[in-house]
Amino acid sequence: MAHRSGLIASDIDAYLESHRRKSLLRFITCGSVDDGKSTLIGRLLYESKLVFEDQLAALAADSKKLGTRGEELDFALLVDGLAAEREQGITIDVAYRFFSTEQRKFIVADTPGHEQYTRNMVTGASTAELAVLLLDTRKGLLPQTRRHSHLVSLLGIRHVVLAVNKMDLVGYSQERFLQLLHEYRQFARRIALTDITAIPLSAVHGDNVIEPGDHMPWYRGPTLMGHLESVDVGQHTAARPFRMPIQWVNRPDPDFRGFAGRLSSGTLRPGDRVRALPSGQESRVAKIIGPDGELPLAVAGQCITATLADEIDLSRGDLLAAAEAPPPVADQFEATLVALHEEPILQGRSYAMKIGTRTVGATVNPLKFKLDVNTLEHLAAERLELNDIGVCELELDQPIAFEPYEQNRELGGFILIDRINQHTVAAGLLHFALRRSQNVHWQALDIDKTTRAALNGQRPCVIWLTGYSGAGKSTIANLVERRLHFLGRRTYLLDGDNVRHGLNRDLGFTDQDRVENIRRVAEVAKLMVDAGLIVLVSFISPFRAERAGARALLAEGEFVEVFVDTPLAEAERRDPKGLYGKARRGELKNFTGIDSPYEPPEQAEIRLDTTVLTAEQAAERIVEFLSERDMLKKP
Amino acid sequence: MDSPDPAASLQLTHLQALEAESIYILREVVAECERPVMLYSIGKDSAVMLHLASKAFHPAPPPFPLLHVDTTWKFRAMYEFRDRVAQRTGMQLLVHVNQEGLQQGIGPFTHGSQVHTDVMKTQALKQALDRYGFDAAFGGARRDEEKSRAKERILSFRSAQHRWDPKTQRPELWSLYNTAKRKGESFRVFPLSNWTELDVWQYIHLENIPIVPLYFAAVRPVVRRGGALIMVDDDRLPLEPGEQPEMRSVRFRTLGCYPLTGAIESTAATLTQIIQEMLLTTSSERQGRVIDHDGAASMEKKKQEGYF
Repeated sequence: MAHRSGLIASDIDAYLESHRRKSLLRFITCGSVDDGKSTLIGRLLYESKLVFEDQLAALAADSKKLGTRGEELDFALLVDGLAAEREQGITIDVAYRFFSTEQRKFIVADTPGHEQYTRNMVTGASTAELAVLLLDTRKGLLPQTRRHSHLVSLLGIRHVVLAVNKMDLVGYSQERFLQLLHEYRQFARRIALTDITAIPLSAVHGDNVIEPGDHMPWYRGPTLMGHLESVDVGQHTAARPFRMPIQWVNRPDPDFRGFAGRLSSGTLRPGDRVRALPSGQESRVAKIIGPDGELPLAVAGQCITATLADEIDLSRGDLLAAAEAPPPVADQFEATLVALHEEPILQGRSYAMKIGTRTVGATVNPLKFKLDVNTLEHLAAERLELNDIGVCELELDQPIAFEPYEQNRELGGFILIDRINQHTVAAGLLHFALRRSQNVHWQALDIDKTTRAALNGQRPCVIWLTGYSGAGKSTIANLVERRLHFLGRRTYLLDGDNVRHGLNRDLGFTDQDRVENIRRVAEVAKLMVDAGLIVLVSFISPFRAERAGARALLAEGEFVEVFVDTPLAEAERRDPKGLYGKARRGELKNFTGIDSPYEPPEQAEIRLDTTVLTAEQAAERIVEFLSERDMLKKP
Repeated sequence: MDSPDPAASLQLTHLQALEAESIYILREVVAECERPVMLYSIGKDSAVMLHLASKAFHPAPPPFPLLHVDTTWKFRAMYEFRDRVAQRTGMQLLVHVNQEGLQQGIGPFTHGSQVHTDVMKTQALKQALDRYGFDAAFGGARRDEEKSRAKERILSFRSAQHRWDPKTQRPELWSLYNTAKRKGESFRVFPLSNWTELDVWQYIHLENIPIVPLYFAAVRPVVRRGGALIMVDDDRLPLEPGEQPEMRSVRFRTLGCYPLTGAIESTAATLTQIIQEMLLTTSSERQGRVIDHDGAASMEKKKQEGYF
């Protein structure tokens, strides 16, 4: 990899010394299919002499076999990695490339232009400081160009290079270049992208990639490489107030308690006054241990371990911040979401939310609108499908310290994780805390769950029966409640049909409404547990995520999931309310098991096979379970 | 600080930034996984990874053991070095050998490089992970090594059968790693993902990290096989009729099983000379490895089967 510096051969020590001081620039390349991204990156690698001879030989062979450029080298083949995409001839995932020059080391996220893979672009953009946006001179601004520009702006990338590619195919026309630039600037202004550097180039022939070339004497600006090497993308995060999410509490022995983390902004010195959030306790920094020992000063981006002068409440997931300028703490936000998974994001569903080093529960409620990225129009929506971008209100199950994403990516950027299949389903950006979250405080009451439960002489819990319509849930729940009642327990039965007559009468049977139906019932059940009751819930509750959400609302051991396991065919055969008949005739839409899915529990506390158990035996099983777990004893 | 713009002078260099990113990843995984382990392959990347781990948890020792999946065909100098490192760091070193493979006499000469690598490395690694119930394994692979690795996540999700499936890989945004998983599922974690070969050498140089002497040129007995220089490290290397080991000044750019690792002719005997040679050289790092040439996109196939 012949680096170009003559120093390598003549004075390697001087070369190494200069290399040591290099900075790092992370950027993304994006554009539509066939704009020539892979070719451009291949060209950057090739021209900066980072392609080895053996790779070049492989490239020459591949170019003949798979290339699209006849006898010439097809640079795209240098960077297209996965076997599948080689065959299809398109890039299907984010790939990271590395090259370095005398001034800088570069990490390039090569992100695809294919419509359904927007999630990859968001991924690549999340760590980038600059975006290279490719435009095919002949095609001009495409919907994808607008979409990618919008994502670039949304993800807080302030520096854009508009790489107007394939200039060779329009006769290197200055007029065409200026026309495209004008068009793009007009659009970019609407989405708050202002720092735009436009460069006319030909990735295939190399003009203005590294060297200017001879074809465009009318262009006097920097080449792409020249610009990347010199552009100032300093985020100046070190000048902002100190913040550090705690990763790990380091306790090698009883005398040492260090808080390990990476400074997301600001600087830290021994003696600085710091505040732990959300607890609000304050202390002073005693020592800072950096990667190479004790430090007089730590700066944004560094990983350190800090010890404090006082014992305060601080653990993983908390934030350590400058005491004189702490960030706000809140539990309700307005946020933007980008859906990253085939499974849609549903209003009302509870997700695990990871932000900084903290994981909390979060519910999208409500979803305010979906964004049309081409027209920037707001569209009404109740769910976000893969690659949709939407704005929502987000309710957390506990308060967090945060900063708006625009100010601090690490304290305002988050992901949502599906509680059941554990996929990362959305990327999100916090914009601001909702005023109601700051003004509606939890009322601390003197009489609490424990005291109420003690008066009732029982342990409150939720027994959650799930299964198909006609499985026998309500019959069994009714029998269980009768037994508990005769045992002197205070109970309440929440029945699906009954609740739909009152509290939930505004809800139908679409996926979104089912999610909201269960969310409300889970909240009611939680209040009843708080009141010290044993609550029976008899709902089809077809989705695992909502049952997991209900479980997450309660303390460990308070939620007993009962799977009333009646096969669909058997439930349909019984059809006590004649509903299956109607659904089969098409008179009833969204019926679970017919045209709406049921997700059986994977780890229910109790499974009742009603093809071998009678309703009485099934009820007895539940009572036995409660009794074995000491749940019917006085607390 | 009397610089006019204090923020400008507080920027990290690229090596400091890479170091911080790796330390952050090591800590995140240790904080969120139940039983992490570091795969220790004795090479330079392992050396850097181990060095970073000791920084990440200092003054405590790294809170996980080292695991060496031993094919029994490593260079002798590697075994010596491994044992010294274990002693120096005080970390627990687990050595796993695929006993079935050993009993069947699987080796690179008798069964060829593909079978040997599969049985003694890929299968052995799975055995070891299952046996100890590790749910996260740190490895020193880098994205710049090979084309299919350029798309590898930092946390690479593996099914309970250790399979890598491109469709189940999770998007990685900012520095948020989704560590949620079910019992049996696991992650391979690559803290050096964004390092290049040059970064690794530069860091070893700056930090004075000890590495196996085989990386430095010395006069060693070698034979030429199919264009590669193979070192005669012990008497298990079957010599072909008329084949005579010659003494040549050679070194290794990567280290693996000695019969599968080609040496390069070199006189670079110091770190700076190695870096100089690397910068002036014209062939890529993995070229010395025989396994990559087993077929087009071969690394990717191996990865799907559970190879690192």
